[in-house]
Amino acid sequence: MAAPTLAKNSADTPLRKKRRELPFPLNLYQTAVGKKWVMALTGIMLLGFVVFHMVGNLKVYLGEVQHLSPEGEYVTDYDINIYGEFLRDLLVPLLPRTYLLWILRLGLIAAFALHLHSAISLSKMNLESNNRYESKRDWVAANFASRSMRWTGPIIFLYLLFHLADLTWGVGAASSEWERGEVYQNLVHSMSRPGIAIVYIVCNVALCVHIFHGAYSMFQSLGINNPVYNQLRRGFAAGLALLILVGNLSFPIAILAGIVDLP
Amino acid sequence: MSKILNLTLQVWRQAGPNKPGTFETYQANGISDDASFLEMLDIVNERLIADNKIPIEFPHDCREGICGTCGVMINGQAHGHERGTATCQLHMRKFSDGDTIVVEPWRAKAFPIVRDLVVDRSPLDAVIAAGGFITAPTGTANDANDIRIPKEVADSAMDAAACIGCGACVAACPNSAGQLFTSAKIWHLNSLPQGQAERYKRTEAMVETMEQFFGSCTNHGECSEACPKEISLDFIAYMNRDYIKAKVKNRRLASQS
Amino acid sequence: MLPNASIPEGPIADKWDSHKFNVKLVNPANKRKFKILVVGTGLAGASAAATLAELGYNVEAFTFHDTPRRAHSIAAQGGINAAKNYRNDGDSVHRLFYDTVKGGDYRSREANVYRLAQVSVEIIDQMTAQGVPFAREYGGLLDNRSFGGAQVSRTFYARGQTGQQLLIGAYQQLMRQVGLGKVKLHTQAELLDVVVKDGRAVGIVTRHLTTGQVSSHSGHAVVLATGGYGNVFYLSTNAMTCNVTAAWRAHRKGAYFANPCYTQIHPTCIPASDDFQSKLTLMSESLRNDGRIWVPRDRDDVRSADKIPEAERYYFLEEKYPTFGNLVPRDVASRNAKTVVDEGRGVGPARNGVYLDFSDVLKRDGVKVVEEKYGNLLEMYERITGEDPQKVPMRIYPATHYTMGGLWVDYNLMTNVPGLYSAGEANFSDHGANRLGASALMQGLADGYFVLPATIGNYLTDFLNKPPVSTDDPVFQQAEAGVRDQMNHFLSIGGTHSPEHFHRELGKLVWEYIGMARNESGLQKAIGEIRALRDEFWKDVRVLGTNESLNSSLEKAGRVADFFELAELMARDALTREESCGGHFREEYQDPDGEALRNDDDFAHVSAWGWNDADTPQTEHREKLEFEYVKLTQRSYK
Repeated sequence: MAAPTLAKNSADTPLRKKRRELPFPLNLYQTAVGKKWVMALTGIMLLGFVVFHMVGNLKVYLGEVQHLSPEGEYVTDYDINIYGEFLRDLLVPLLPRTYLLWILRLGLIAAFALHLHSAISLSKMNLESNNRYESKRDWVAANFASRSMRWTGPIIFLYLLFHLADLTWGVGAASSEWERGEVYQNLVHSMSRPGIAIVYIVCNVALCVHIFHGAYSMFQSLGINNPVYNQLRRGFAAGLALLILVGNLSFPIAILAGIVDLP
Repeated sequence: MSKILNLTLQVWRQAGPNKPGTFETYQANGISDDASFLEMLDIVNERLIADNKIPIEFPHDCREGICGTCGVMINGQAHGHERGTATCQLHMRKFSDGDTIVVEPWRAKAFPIVRDLVVDRSPLDAVIAAGGFITAPTGTANDANDIRIPKEVADSAMDAAACIGCGACVAACPNSAGQLFTSAKIWHLNSLPQGQAERYKRTEAMVETMEQFFGSCTNHGECSEACPKEISLDFIAYMNRDYIKAKVKNRRLASQS
Repeated sequence: MLPNASIPEGPIADKWDSHKFNVKLVNPANKRKFKILVVGTGLAGASAAATLAELGYNVEAFTFHDTPRRAHSIAAQGGINAAKNYRNDGDSVHRLFYDTVKGGDYRSREANVYRLAQVSVEIIDQMTAQGVPFAREYGGLLDNRSFGGAQVSRTFYARGQTGQQLLIGAYQQLMRQVGLGKVKLHTQAELLDVVVKDGRAVGIVTRHLTTGQVSSHSGHAVVLATGGYGNVFYLSTNAMTCNVTAAWRAHRKGAYFANPCYTQIHPTCIPASDDFQSKLTLMSESLRNDGRIWVPRDRDDVRSADKIPEAERYYFLEEKYPTFGNLVPRDVASRNAKTVVDEGRGVGPARNGVYLDFSDVLKRDGVKVVEEKYGNLLEMYERITGEDPQKVPMRIYPATHYTMGGLWVDYNLMTNVPGLYSAGEANFSDHGANRLGASALMQGLADGYFVLPATIGNYLTDFLNKPPVSTDDPVFQQAEAGVRDQMNHFLSIGGTHSPEHFHRELGKLVWEYIGMARNESGLQKAIGEIRALRDEFWKDVRVLGTNESLNSSLEKAGRVADFFELAELMARDALTREESCGGHFREEYQDPDGEALRNDDDFAHVSAWGWNDADTPQTEHREKLEFEYVKLTQRSYK
């Protein structure tokens, strides 16, 4: 018995090996703290989209308006349909039609992909790091929103596919009257079906629950922390989530209630 | 004055690492409410020994809430339901007659069970060894008053340095993340002038070592609520900020030298 | 025979410098050829291990905790002294030296204490450079307070957690060396034997607490920084696992144990509430700065505190010591509290405490000021007792807190066994018969950071290029076998009472007869009763479970066995020392006012006890204490 061998302790057997560092900025994405940072940044982009999407949709309440068409004639159309065209015409003639919209869309798709990928890999890391308790946990600080991120996230993803199929691509659940470019009509046709409207309502609640935790959490992940303003973060997140909730839920409700309808 | 409590305990018993474990039920009758939680376990153990049964192993040492040895899950909360209190400072007067108390060890992959309620928390030391220090070999120090430190900065460093290393933050976290522990040490050292030279190297090394053992932060805030020293979540944000800065700063420094 | 204490020649202010010049040095390139085993990772152990590794030695550090950050140094609240004189209030190295020798009731070595005072200045610099967040003033400079009745403000502090912050500082330095691979850290490793070959220490035998594995470790030198033995009283402010085992096993291997009867009783602890009490909690002495201590004048007065009018309150310290009042030294305050409780004036449900009353200062300065100063302490008190000290006066009573005695060491901190060193509370060196407040942290760090690293080379140079003794050597094998035998023996006794039970019973004896006040017949009786209880322990202890798994009963049995032997030696030492000094108060030796009466002619010496065998009392060796720079006077706090 020469050199004494003592029992190994937990510190001698890490769960994960240290990986070789990739060049900047890829190295940021190698660690969980970096991934959270990416998650927060992409979250802000997605959040921005959700806000503008909701604000843009408010145009359904303006109904029909007269406007000057590119051909120089006054025509009557639904304001939101005009807004849809306007988005496709952004920066024309500097860029050909729909180019900027696609650039924005690609940015959103990339953000969404990164948000999703970091969420999946962090969840995997967390699941392999923890041992579940055998007795019931009594949560003190964790709330429904924070603990359900792993569920509201996938719901939002599936909802997004459904929503695109229903209103953008006109496939799947889309109503039989769907027609490209007729934003207002498509919306009303789709949401007049109570089943579909309920799907929209439920999914938007999930979205806002997700936002309630995400919009608070991003400050921490980004390291934006100042004790003077910290108390505002919860309020900000709650306010934002509520705003989006009220805005987005108003559409199916207004359609079902007949406030927004077709002549 | 003091009341007598009759309690039912459900305690996790496990004969060793990798052995099967289970909850055993014990009656703890006639417990004075002046007793501390650990003294209640002492009494149960003495009774077990008298019955020729193997006593419950539980972690404890100073019983003053400062050494950080103790810590068990009590009714689903790390260190029990009283805020800012280590298990050893929790007293039975916070319970009522007839209560059932469920006692479980910390659980995290990085904290394997040693026996019963005792776990191995050595990964916390690995995080400190990676960078949780200021390099100041004995004999190199200048006069202590040469560097002035604003009181607010010293106080903030002290808030972070109050960590006792009990591991409740990891235990309370649904992801078994070590963020609160790591960030408290990082902020203690990064906020002081003496810690600036190694600031970014330290942050990188500690964060990356932490991630070898623990999960990631999802900002629930359970850690801070469980912390017997009520260490603030703010330190996690500071750590995140310094970590991103470290990744950028070091690159610049390398290109300059 | 007691070896020479190696105190350097020359004027006291130059002794340490000239000693550092005269000791043999190890060439930097040769340091890596030496292996040093450091046992214990409290303030002294962690700082010694870190510093020795920084110098280039191969260090192995051992702790029986799960991590080196748990040692009981962590619980020190008040602060750390240093002769910085930042307050410009007349402090100096010489004054700190003088205060420490006087506070120790003239039973410490002048040269050691002077060195301690010199080094204290460097400790503050060192710890600040490591990032210890000492309290600061608004100008950004370090804050100081006066502590434990000192006439100058020389105490540095970090809230009420100075010990914690210093220990964490030393721990971080240690972990840095562990990370660099220069210190090999063994956690959960309890020292159960010191291995001596050809008269010098060559290694240790440890038991791994979670696996029961017994293993040998060999090195060129062994440092024991394993703390004090206050838990011999069962109820003390020490942590539950604090024990004397490492020092005691070294004693059994030949190291002399010095002044075991010098134990410090701290006046401000929360009284025990019941039989199940497992430990006592200290409330910082700083509370005495503003709190007033009293008991009801009438012993049959059972009214609640607020119903007792001012005139019927007996402020016994203020009345007896008008100058120092509530701020008299620890031993004086403790003894007076014991006197009034023994007279039947005790307060609280068990009538075992005295009041520490904050109502005056609350009236004078307001709630806010009091909370700022003592907030965490008042909260801690409320947590433990369920009473709010802002409404009801606190109840306090003395409890064992620190032990000045320990392994005998020379000026180099080496015991009489060559190669075996002792640092911190484990040695006897600097505090004499009584330790001043805020000096324990100072001594632990002085030993570990500055003294030991400077002196250990003197011994090592003789062993250059000689490898440590192999752990295959029969001396190691025998020691391992001894440890295994003891473990198996405990498991095989199959008696009726737990080790905890015997510890509690022993503690009652020690507190009763070798506590705050001792007398000849009590001490004689104690020796007999301790022996009887020890015999019963070896016949009747019940240790369940196995050796191969975490088994705290088994650990405890070994520690209690050592406490029995120590308790007997304490009684014998107290019996032999026929005087009262510091923490050692013999009722036969007091002046008419009840003050301690020293006998400098016959007892100005260190009693170092050498082990014979378990049934033969130890042999006393005396080291005469010379006082050249401090005039011996009777302490008076009137």
